[in-house]
Amino acid sequence: MIAAGRIVRLAERDRTQLHFFLDGQTRTALAGDTVLTAMLASGHALRKSEFGPEWRAGFCLMGACQDCWVWQDEGPRMRACSALIAEGMRLRTTPPESWP
Amino acid sequence: MSETLPRVAIVGAGPAGIRAAATLIEAGLHPVVIDEGHSAGGQIYRRPPAEFVRTPEQLYGSEAAKARALHALFDRLAADGRLTHCAASSVVAVHEGRLQVLGEGGAQMISYDRLILATGASDRVAPVAGWQSAGVYSLGAAQIALKAQGVALGRRIVLIGSGPLLTLVGAQLVKAGADVAAVLDTSPWHRQARGFWQLATRPIVALRGLALRARLGGRYHAGVTLERIEADGKGVMAMCWRDAGGRQRLTQCDTIGMGWHLRAETHLADLAGCAFSYDEQWRQWLPKTDRMGRAGNGVYLAGDGLRLLGADGAEIAGRLAAAACLADLGLPAPCASADLRKLARLERFAGGLACAFPWPAAMVRALPDDAVVCRCENVSAADVRQSVDLGSGEANRVKALSRAGMGRCQGRYCQLAAVELAAVQAGCTPGAVGRFRGQAPVRPAPIGAFLREG
Repeated sequence: MIAAGRIVRLAERDRTQLHFFLDGQTRTALAGDTVLTAMLASGHALRKSEFGPEWRAGFCLMGACQDCWVWQDEGPRMRACSALIAEGMRLRTTPPESWP
Repeated sequence: MSETLPRVAIVGAGPAGIRAAATLIEAGLHPVVIDEGHSAGGQIYRRPPAEFVRTPEQLYGSEAAKARALHALFDRLAADGRLTHCAASSVVAVHEGRLQVLGEGGAQMISYDRLILATGASDRVAPVAGWQSAGVYSLGAAQIALKAQGVALGRRIVLIGSGPLLTLVGAQLVKAGADVAAVLDTSPWHRQARGFWQLATRPIVALRGLALRARLGGRYHAGVTLERIEADGKGVMAMCWRDAGGRQRLTQCDTIGMGWHLRAETHLADLAGCAFSYDEQWRQWLPKTDRMGRAGNGVYLAGDGLRLLGADGAEIAGRLAAAACLADLGLPAPCASADLRKLARLERFAGGLACAFPWPAAMVRALPDDAVVCRCENVSAADVRQSVDLGSGEANRVKALSRAGMGRCQGRYCQLAAVELAAVQAGCTPGAVGRFRGQAPVRPAPIGAFLREG
């Protein structure tokens, strides 16, 4: 597993491994990971702020702050803290060109 | 289910929502329970996804039996078809007896005769310069990550704020093996001691808190001043603070968890037409109800979204709100007097917490001009102060002119600080500044979900 991310797994490590794509690159996650956990297990942030120079990595993890929006290649924007990762999911840290 | 049964909708399936549902079902009703969680339990008794194996004892510690009981009760009522559970669904609007509900399957309308709101609370946060950086989370977030995902949100964590959650999350992270560099409490010892007699109304809970505090050892510091979060473009690098003796300290870390107790989630109560009053003890606007949680117009409130009493208080308040609802429907309602007595004791204890671990008003008032207040849109303290000079010290003018409260969280995490800053600038109290009006949808909603064919 890639272990260079922000998140440290402290328990529940014996789950089924699955794969997803982040900005076109293959990443691994565990079944039951939220999209946020999956992305931050091998990365440091989820998206760039639209109003400042900094990166964002989520804030409340309970669906209230909306800091953790990420996009899929196809399909709707999602809250990374609430959505579960799925095999083959294609995620992106920037909105698709068609996204207003 | 009979067509003539009154329709009761409950928003939230935490301790308050579950107890309210069970009380209504005992009286023969069939409530609809709408909840954002994938399974019932609320944030406090949140359940991990499938494939996770830790036991409730490992997840909820001393509260495991309560969590087990609530989960089992709700699951049994749902399995027996005694209630309708709309899981992973958000109520985004309330209007004239109808709820606009957004779930994974799209939008739907749910009509009700009576509405019980058990929407809970989230962390009450105060801005610290640099808090917009990646790696700054709420204390609740750090706890959810550990409970529901088995992870620490960073390799080296500093917790800041005040209140029971600060100690609890710190102790839980340490126990789980996370590297907690420091736990920084803005409340000084003498202030914490002032809540002593009220906290002694629940001696076991108070002692448990002290035992958790002891586990933090030298990591815990009371009476600190938080100066700023140092970060580069990628995220948090250090917490800069001063200890109670005024000495400058710098603690290297990649993650910060922050929170000053809780902020009631009241957007739906606002849309449902509830009256509010400014609560000096909690330094926030809370909905007005009678002792049972009756807000009028067929709306009832229960749990931390009404009074910040925690999970035990939420169970009681859920039963009380349902009893009030049943009585108003002319149905036999359970006797409330024992629950009302228990509630009074929990209120004394909560008063002790509010006194011992206060909102850091002075810290917020002293925020440097360039510090971000609204982290949704990076609105600065200067923007908020100038909006008062340009317009007035009224909350919704401040919101319109500065944009604090107009971002994606809809003011949940900046309102109290923005109001605090506006009060200083306008020379009045936070209560006189007022509160941001709730606006539907209370969660961002894709417009496509509401479009109809033809």
